[in-house]
Amino acid sequence: MEEIHKHFLNNNRRNFLKKAGLGIGGLALGTLMDPFNFGKNTDPFSSLGNKSLNLPHFAPKAKRIIYLFQSGGPSQLDLFDYKPKLTTMRGIDLPESIRKGQRLTGMTSGQSNFPLVNSLYSFNQYGESRAWVSELMPYIGKIADELCFVKSMHTEAINHDPAITFFQTGSQQPGRPSMGSWMSYGLGSLNNNLPSFVVLLSNGTGRPKGQPLYSRLWGNGFLSSLHQGVQFRSAKDPVLYLKNPDGVSPSERRKMLDYLAELNEEQEATFGDPEISSRIAQYEMAYRMQTSVPETMDISNEPDHILQMYGPNAQKPGTYAANCIQARRLIEKDVRFVQLYHMGWDQHENLPTQIKGQSSDVDQPTAALIMDLKQRGLLEDTLVVWGGEFGRTNYCQGKLTDMVYGRDHHPRSFTIFMAGAGVKPGFSYGETDDIGYNIVKDPVHVHDLQATILHQFGIDHTKMIYKHQGRRFRLTDVHGEVNKNLLI
Amino acid sequence: MDNNLKKYRLLGYFIIPFLAALLFKGLSNIPNESTTVISKEDGAFSNSNFSDEEINLVDFNFDVKPIISDKCYACHGPDEKARKANLRLDIEDGFYASLKDSESHFIVDRNNPNESEILKRINSEKIDYLMPPPDSNLKLSEKEKNILKKWIDQGGKWEKHWSYNKPKLSEIPSTIFEDWTSNEIDYFIAKNLELKGLEPSEMEKKEILLRRVSFDLIGLPPSIEQIDSFLLDKSENAYEKVVNKLLASDSYGERMASIWMDLARYGDSHGYQDDQERIMWPWRDWVIHAYNKNLPYDKFMKWQIAGDMLPNASKEQILASGFNRNHKITQEGGVIPEEYRVEYVADRTITTSTIMMGLTVECARCHSHKYDPVSQKEFFNLFSFFNNVDENGIIAYGDTAPKPNLTIKKGETESELSFVNLPDSINKVTLMVMKESENLRKTYVLNRGSYDAPTYEVEPGTPKIILPFDEKKYPKNRIGLTKWFFQKDNPLTSRVAVNRIWQQFFGVGIVSTPDDFGSQGSKPVNPELLDWLAYTYQNSDKWNTKKFIKRIVMSSTYRQSSKIKTENLVLDPDNTYLAQYPRQKLSAEMVRDNALASSGMLVKRIGGPSVKPMQPEGLWDEVTGGGGGSLAFYVPDTGENLYRRSLYTFWKRTVPPPSMMIFDAPTRDFCVTVRQKTSTPLQSLALMNDPQYLLAAETLSNKIFEESSLEIEDKIIKLYRSITARLPNNVELNKLIKYLEEVGNINNITEKEAFVSLAVLVYNLDETTQKS
Repeated sequence: MEEIHKHFLNNNRRNFLKKAGLGIGGLALGTLMDPFNFGKNTDPFSSLGNKSLNLPHFAPKAKRIIYLFQSGGPSQLDLFDYKPKLTTMRGIDLPESIRKGQRLTGMTSGQSNFPLVNSLYSFNQYGESRAWVSELMPYIGKIADELCFVKSMHTEAINHDPAITFFQTGSQQPGRPSMGSWMSYGLGSLNNNLPSFVVLLSNGTGRPKGQPLYSRLWGNGFLSSLHQGVQFRSAKDPVLYLKNPDGVSPSERRKMLDYLAELNEEQEATFGDPEISSRIAQYEMAYRMQTSVPETMDISNEPDHILQMYGPNAQKPGTYAANCIQARRLIEKDVRFVQLYHMGWDQHENLPTQIKGQSSDVDQPTAALIMDLKQRGLLEDTLVVWGGEFGRTNYCQGKLTDMVYGRDHHPRSFTIFMAGAGVKPGFSYGETDDIGYNIVKDPVHVHDLQATILHQFGIDHTKMIYKHQGRRFRLTDVHGEVNKNLLI
Repeated sequence: MDNNLKKYRLLGYFIIPFLAALLFKGLSNIPNESTTVISKEDGAFSNSNFSDEEINLVDFNFDVKPIISDKCYACHGPDEKARKANLRLDIEDGFYASLKDSESHFIVDRNNPNESEILKRINSEKIDYLMPPPDSNLKLSEKEKNILKKWIDQGGKWEKHWSYNKPKLSEIPSTIFEDWTSNEIDYFIAKNLELKGLEPSEMEKKEILLRRVSFDLIGLPPSIEQIDSFLLDKSENAYEKVVNKLLASDSYGERMASIWMDLARYGDSHGYQDDQERIMWPWRDWVIHAYNKNLPYDKFMKWQIAGDMLPNASKEQILASGFNRNHKITQEGGVIPEEYRVEYVADRTITTSTIMMGLTVECARCHSHKYDPVSQKEFFNLFSFFNNVDENGIIAYGDTAPKPNLTIKKGETESELSFVNLPDSINKVTLMVMKESENLRKTYVLNRGSYDAPTYEVEPGTPKIILPFDEKKYPKNRIGLTKWFFQKDNPLTSRVAVNRIWQQFFGVGIVSTPDDFGSQGSKPVNPELLDWLAYTYQNSDKWNTKKFIKRIVMSSTYRQSSKIKTENLVLDPDNTYLAQYPRQKLSAEMVRDNALASSGMLVKRIGGPSVKPMQPEGLWDEVTGGGGGSLAFYVPDTGENLYRRSLYTFWKRTVPPPSMMIFDAPTRDFCVTVRQKTSTPLQSLALMNDPQYLLAAETLSNKIFEESSLEIEDKIIKLYRSITARLPNNVELNKLIKYLEEVGNINNITEKEAFVSLAVLVYNLDETTQKS
């Protein structure tokens, strides 16, 4: 009897999940969707997520991630990849023997020569790791011993839209799920009151007319839309339509929901449609979000010393600094994937002025975020990633003068850094040549980075797949290797 | 968790299946399924429709092929580059080949089944001998192994993939449920139900049926007057009269067009990077017009694919060809134009193939298809049909209709192109269309599909396996391609078309993967019906879409009740066989249009430039980097444009309208054939708090509240009927009355305000957002 009962139970549940459009399991927006797991505070790593993928594939180091995406392509040569040789070679044309047919963007392909340009800013070595960091990033310098720099990142795309789409989805053309959606699909949610994939946006002060973003960057692609990133905004409604309309009190809303549930149950009795219960559940989740989201976003209880840590913009909603505090608060509430975007790094002209402003946006808050996580014991299982979609050229775009230069997009080498969750602290990996054009040691491709990030979550990137239109898709397409050199 | 909810959950997930289990305790053939909750990694679709059933007579196409395709083709399929051991299992010869090192041993040995290499391999315990190899991450289940064994035991007969044989006019089956049937469709459905031990359902209640068919045919709910007149009409053909009226309504074209927009990847912006404005709405107006005047499907497609090339092409036909300019176009400074031009041509190739052939040819862009017999060369044969447009890979900033384009002037919109709804304030409008370049561009097979890796030259052509392209009969251009699509022998065109229409009415196609009729796609759940429909649409109906649709909505299958019977839930939990009408969510457009229509706010003007209804502030601003031109900031319209049908909502691809996205609309970045069907808390929030819905609730409730002739109970009933199209039962009515009382006691709100709250409640009912 027991077996038969289980059979029907399972059958019904499978149907339910399928009908709910879930595929099989991961639940970004509502653990409530899963009536068997709801409310059980068992180990989230095993109780939620996509059972058929048998995740995690091995013991994870990371439970959560904050991805600080620097949109536009920060200049690695002015921030982290110190190249004194460029000072002596300033103004000299980049030889073709080094460029080796690298395709150029339309912005510089018409340029008659490619004069090398050093950074206007000086570099210093920090910490026991003696990491080189530009004077533009003094706070980052001070925490260099927490960071794992990868100076040998490379990508294929040479323009923003394809390059950023590539970083987020593993493919240059739109349509694939974002990394956060993949994690939601594979691992499910860690909490019952908030989405598992949250997005925060900020505009930089570096370049006023910079690169745009696209909501597909946090889109679910072909995965269930339950796995889409949910934007938390600094606007009046932090989540779209979150606030009750003026004049509707919480008690009125509660009453409405109670009656709504009763009437829906009545309809269920009429139609016999088991999906109705999932919609009742979604209303309950919505109701909880109405409390949990504002609570998370409200920083009025943050003590002064914490706010000061994050710098002067900490209390200015919508700034990178404010978003860094939000990110920490979301992580504390067990949101799995917090994706920040900071716009304004696309500095083709007048880079020295623009990068100064842009760096000051992110320097102190990024360092504060990492140290704040650390002091709360959260850095151990929270991965922080900082970086853009590509780097910038070692030669000047436009006219080179004493104080002014610009840099074009450079896919062949750039720098990102990570911290926490089992990546090596105080470590620098990979090398570019002495004028910072080509990688000479230990290249790391975008797909390798994606594979490595998934690895920290206990996911074998070749095994987390989703079948769509007859084909098995994964974040890393058919590429990518975990780079264990970066890991403890 | 709320107590009610808990109680409910118990009922739904424990007690019902438990009772069902008791009910069926006596049956001996309870399938012995493992207790693993879910064993497939698949997404939305599974290959098997009735996976728990023991298969006795194995069918190659339906039982064997899906396994071989899914688990073997990656290395032993059509892709010659990926092929291992020179063995291919996608062709007949491959199966019966002997082994390289032993001529007396065969892959499939029909004389000595147990000697078949394939069986030895899949059952081996040696890791280096086992197939599929463990490192492929592919595994055969015991059930799959049994099917392969049975197939060989039963003779191991190979057959061509089912969808590549042309559809036949299936014989109408007889059924014990004959009394239930209304037309041919029902015989096929009833027969299937009979075979599965299921029973069809009684006819749906009139008011529910009216709401269902209204949404399906015109995308809008019926008004109370329409409901009353239908209820009062006791004539035998009352329903047919309603159907005729709906099909003749101009709103029909809007409903059909809103589906076509997903397939045609329509947008009002270019879609990449700064995502600036484009003008394509006159093409959308044409689609509405084409549906309303019931342009036969063959012409509908021929004009869209090759209207510009027809002899003495009319402006209308040229306008229709705008279909293949709906793809995204970049203006991002610095891109390599050819890289993007190749993307545009690929998009046209993929979109047209998906819509016309139901095949995912995209895979063959980079390498020969791993599952279907479409070689990389054949992809570029198709590609070359669309590769001859004088277009730029990168367009100028602010260009709303990059060349080739078509300008429509005021006078023309008053005569030949009267369906283009040019606003009074504008004298002309220019949009993108197709046009062949005078100098034919050569097409090369691109290595890995990459623009900078041309290999050898190819000519226009089509995949051989489907139907050879007769070069003597057809010109090697888009005209020839359309003729090939609509050649009588083409096995896919009609099947793919009727399957999409079926999906529109039943939520799921007869083939549940409308974009994949190939090896990896689903099998048709009722192949005879699919073929009968396909043959009929093509031959007797002569591609008359309204006639075809009328047949569907007149069927008992469509008109039966949506009430789920417990025994059906057990035997056919997915309602695959349609023992009842499948309850479905309203589409994003319908959810909003329902609020506008039921509240009386809807402005029923057809066509014209897309409109900007209210949406939360800042959504466009916060992602623009400063570019974007006219689309940098969202400036909502005023007046009537706030209340137009959702089909007309301005579609900025990088920030699509939230009221559509939240309810599962696709981004329109590319062709999409099925929308997702999810329930999320974001949907609940939108329905409760989006000012658009609140305004609808307020408008409707105030209107009814002020009808002084009505008692409060009548007001409640009228409100409920306006939104759900039916009378509340007593239990429901009592709850609604009680709610009104109780909510009035909170915060001392007035009776009128409480009535608004009641309207919000009814708009949020599950039934309101469902097609029952």
